[in-house]
Amino acid sequence: MNGIQLMVDALSLGSQYALVALGIGLVFGIMRMINFAHGDLMMLGAYALVVPTTADVAPPLIGKWPAVAMIVAITALVACAGILTERFAFRPLRHRQADGATLLISSFAVSYLLQSVVLLVHTGRPKSVSIFAELTRQMEIGGVRVALVDVVTIAVTALLLLAMVVFLRRVRWGVEIRAASEDFTMARILGVRADAVIALAFAIAGGLAGILSLLYVAKTGVLDFRMGVPLAVAGFVGTVVGGMGSLIGAVLGGLFLGVASSLLQALLPEALRPGRDAFLYSLVIVVLLVRPQGLFAPRDTGERT
Amino acid sequence: MLLAVENLEVRYGTVPAVRDVSFHVETGEIVCFLGANGAGKSTTMLAVAGVLRPARGDIQFDSRSIVGLTPEQVAALGIGLVPEGRRIFGRLTVRENLVVASGLRGGMAAQKQTLDVIFNLFPILRERYDGRAGNLSGGEQQQLAIARALLTKPRLLIMDEPSLGLAPKFVDLVYETFAALRDSGVTLLLVEQSMRRALSLADRIYFLQSGQVVLHGRAAELAGRSDLEHLYLGGAAAR
Repeated sequence: MNGIQLMVDALSLGSQYALVALGIGLVFGIMRMINFAHGDLMMLGAYALVVPTTADVAPPLIGKWPAVAMIVAITALVACAGILTERFAFRPLRHRQADGATLLISSFAVSYLLQSVVLLVHTGRPKSVSIFAELTRQMEIGGVRVALVDVVTIAVTALLLLAMVVFLRRVRWGVEIRAASEDFTMARILGVRADAVIALAFAIAGGLAGILSLLYVAKTGVLDFRMGVPLAVAGFVGTVVGGMGSLIGAVLGGLFLGVASSLLQALLPEALRPGRDAFLYSLVIVVLLVRPQGLFAPRDTGERT
Repeated sequence: MLLAVENLEVRYGTVPAVRDVSFHVETGEIVCFLGANGAGKSTTMLAVAGVLRPARGDIQFDSRSIVGLTPEQVAALGIGLVPEGRRIFGRLTVRENLVVASGLRGGMAAQKQTLDVIFNLFPILRERYDGRAGNLSGGEQQQLAIARALLTKPRLLIMDEPSLGLAPKFVDLVYETFAALRDSGVTLLLVEQSMRRALSLADRIYFLQSGQVVLHGRAAELAGRSDLEHLYLGGAAAR
């Protein structure tokens, strides 16, 4: 594989992981809870593209809508799903001052619940769906052919990250999310409504998962009720590697994981490739041994006198 | 009566930090809490602000019980808290710290007047507007913490050890601010370490010891008492 191809490939996977890590990091920042159901929200978005059926072949539903309508619908749908999981699985626990472990278990429960519902409706057999067929083309960069869908994935991710930066810095709701991530109680003392800011974080995380589901399906064309799990794990590891509590860290951590994974896949000797993840996660362990606070942990804000 | 606290008990787990505290604050007053570390002053303030839930007792603001309200609901009613340690958002800029606090009363645009007052009181905040709040000095952070609280338009402003760890010039500035705030109609509830400052500034003073009020009275009357130092220091020695 050529260098440019390899780079596009690596950045494309890294982009997917970065989007997952950002969604997980947004919620974690405020609630100090890893939402393992985040990957399953993405899975829900993907399945919403087709008609619910136990048949092996599912005709497209939202998947046959015009591009803009499809993007808006899936994003909104998954954002709503995110808000609903918060409203019914996490908020009641928060209001009873449940500890972090309880919330974590609840997120596992939501994850399995969503998977089981899809399993019931669609059966466990993977299904195929084709969206944005024009993205399956190859394009040329510097005389090298690369998959258009990968380039689009990278570009869309870059745009989303840029939009997030603007939102988190220039819009009051975004600034409130960052303040709540740094000191939740203090933000509330200043009048920031806990339920609203958390619902907003879930909505944005859900929206990101929705867009990711489109990018993912455009590339693979496959639906599987467990498709969100590896992404959630990658996103989670990405946030840890990047430094928990830092959104930039989460994004860079996710990117790092995806790039490292692709590079290992391409550069490992043929015989070792099936063990790629063993190498990848050994690398993760080494990173965490050297920098337990993560690669890009926030600088100390230390109280100064 | 603006704030009335009756038989307040607050526990950390099973350990009571505040056993039986009753006090009140009238509109327009400056009331000071004095006491050694661990006497329960900060715990009392956090309970009033809705951060800690009382195990027993009642807290009335404007003749309405606020026990069980969330911190944001308490803030919306008009109680501002500058907590111990200031707790500014160090990773946010000065501007962003103020933006967060402005949200309760309509955002920065609606708060133009309050902002002018703040910049007038604390010009450094205008100078460091787009700088990281974590890079401010302790005194500057305290100014930011007070500015933030002012943006929530409190009728009662609670400040927990506002002079702790500050250079003397900042302490003077902060105390001048209190006088100005009182004149502008804000009622103040202060936790203070320095008895001298408390006596000179406050209308009334409560002494806390081991989670209970052991003495209270008008500052003017307490100022003449010779056992005051002993009481205060005795409390400090007993911890």
